[in-house]
Amino acid sequence: MISDPDVVGLLYLVTIACFIVALKFLSSPRHARKGNWVGGAGMLVAIATTLLLEGLENWALMVVGLAIGTVVGLVGARTVRMTAMPQMVAIFNGVGGGAAALVALAEWHNAVELGSDETVSIVLSALIGSISFAGSAVAFAKLQELVSGRPIVFPGQNVVNVLVLLGAAALGVAAIAGAEDQWLLYGLIGLALAFGVMFVLPIGGADMPVVISLLNAFTGLAASATGFVLDSTVLIVSGMLVGAAGTLLTLLMAKAMNRSIANVLFGAFGQVQTAAVGGARADDGRTVRATSPEDVAVQLSFARKVIVAPGYGMAVAQAQHDVRQLADLLEERGVDVKYAIHPVAGRMPGHMNVLLAEANVPYTQLFEMDEINPEFPQTDVVLVIGANDVTNPAARHDTASPIYGMPILDVDKAASIVVMKRSMNPGFAGIDNELYLDPKTTMLFGDAKDSVLKLIAAVKAT
Amino acid sequence: MDVPLVIELTILVLAAFLGFEVISKVPTMLHTPLMSGANFIHGIVIVGAILVLGGAEDTFTKAIGFAALVLATANVVGGWFVTDRMLGMFKRRPEPPKDSDS
Repeated sequence: MISDPDVVGLLYLVTIACFIVALKFLSSPRHARKGNWVGGAGMLVAIATTLLLEGLENWALMVVGLAIGTVVGLVGARTVRMTAMPQMVAIFNGVGGGAAALVALAEWHNAVELGSDETVSIVLSALIGSISFAGSAVAFAKLQELVSGRPIVFPGQNVVNVLVLLGAAALGVAAIAGAEDQWLLYGLIGLALAFGVMFVLPIGGADMPVVISLLNAFTGLAASATGFVLDSTVLIVSGMLVGAAGTLLTLLMAKAMNRSIANVLFGAFGQVQTAAVGGARADDGRTVRATSPEDVAVQLSFARKVIVAPGYGMAVAQAQHDVRQLADLLEERGVDVKYAIHPVAGRMPGHMNVLLAEANVPYTQLFEMDEINPEFPQTDVVLVIGANDVTNPAARHDTASPIYGMPILDVDKAASIVVMKRSMNPGFAGIDNELYLDPKTTMLFGDAKDSVLKLIAAVKAT
Repeated sequence: MDVPLVIELTILVLAAFLGFEVISKVPTMLHTPLMSGANFIHGIVIVGAILVLGGAEDTFTKAIGFAALVLATANVVGGWFVTDRMLGMFKRRPEPPKDSDS
């Protein structure tokens, strides 16, 4: 048992220092993994210190709760496939927000003569935590494709959202003003949950990483607010660190996609969707040309320079290992092979780097968008594997397109383009890709893994 | 620990600036792992959950505290292992990128 408050404070200070170092290390490629370990150590110190505080009860429940949470977290984190990582981050973020809201609820329930600063903290923690919980759940459902990744909109949505949020705020103000009805906070949490759902529903799947990052910052702020309720500096500081870092990260991510936060949150990809679909599918007689693995194999084998542009389709099909094999095969034949990584290829910035690293693709072959774009005009064949929106030339010139202004891979500037795709279904943003109508483009339909395996066989036979 | 509100607010503001400063130069490819790592860190709310459950006297508070503890623990454990798995993918890298020491 630790009874000296100074010792407790110092141990929590160790935790805070660990978290700061962890964030610092996590933003540098060389130290990132170490950073996570440092953060883990800090967390263990905080948990051990708290468990050793005097006067804690309910040990049976404590042990069972820790055990269940550990099993859920472990199983979830270990068994999920790399492609599903973004959803897992969303879920683990949501439960954190839920925990913060529940802590606030418990404090409200047991409150005797709360000071107004404590009530403010309880209200904020419950409000933000609940929004984060519900919003993350919807983000998870969208990424997992339990509900459509497309924006879900209905008339008057913004009005309803504002009313719900105002309702929650009104209950919060009533609580702060001194009303001590238990139901105030239940109502507030209910409305905040509803708002969380409705706030994420209209956001398109392609913008989900930015939203998850924002909700991540929210959860940090909720945790920080619980720190004020419980008079715990470790919570205040750690929560705020995440709140600030998460906000900055959200801005950086949005910038990588050339979208403003306001546009992501309220622009609803879907609002302009109808116009864009009409515009992109110009009925000027251009049609999509399908090709066969054999033809593509010949094209590839006799090319001097090939660039692979991988996207989420490759990730879903788990084709990254086969793609590497194909690239190795081509390199043996003297073909120069490079990979073009769009900052938001996959479902999150950096997602594609992770997947290709998993397949042991040499880091020296991976090129970020700005480095590779000038090379497309000298490229013989671009192999677009399950990427869609990040290759859509409409982003450069079609002001009516919802992705207008997003930086893209200039694959259309290469001598020829082969698009490997499951079907003609539009991509995550829900819009058509005019690249497919380009006379230089041929389509190789089928599951990415299947197609790549056929290509490997065909290249070997060439 | 009864810390005066003004001190707590001071700490809060300093932490906000520190949070901005500490990750200001992060390369794109680390955005996802960093988000996941930050996600793990806000699992610190587990401290709040332990305090609530440990001090709970009535059934309602016990139930709420228990639920909070389960959620927070999942956040901590899941968040850490997801981050570690992601970063593990980067480990056999022949050359670190240029700005790795920033």
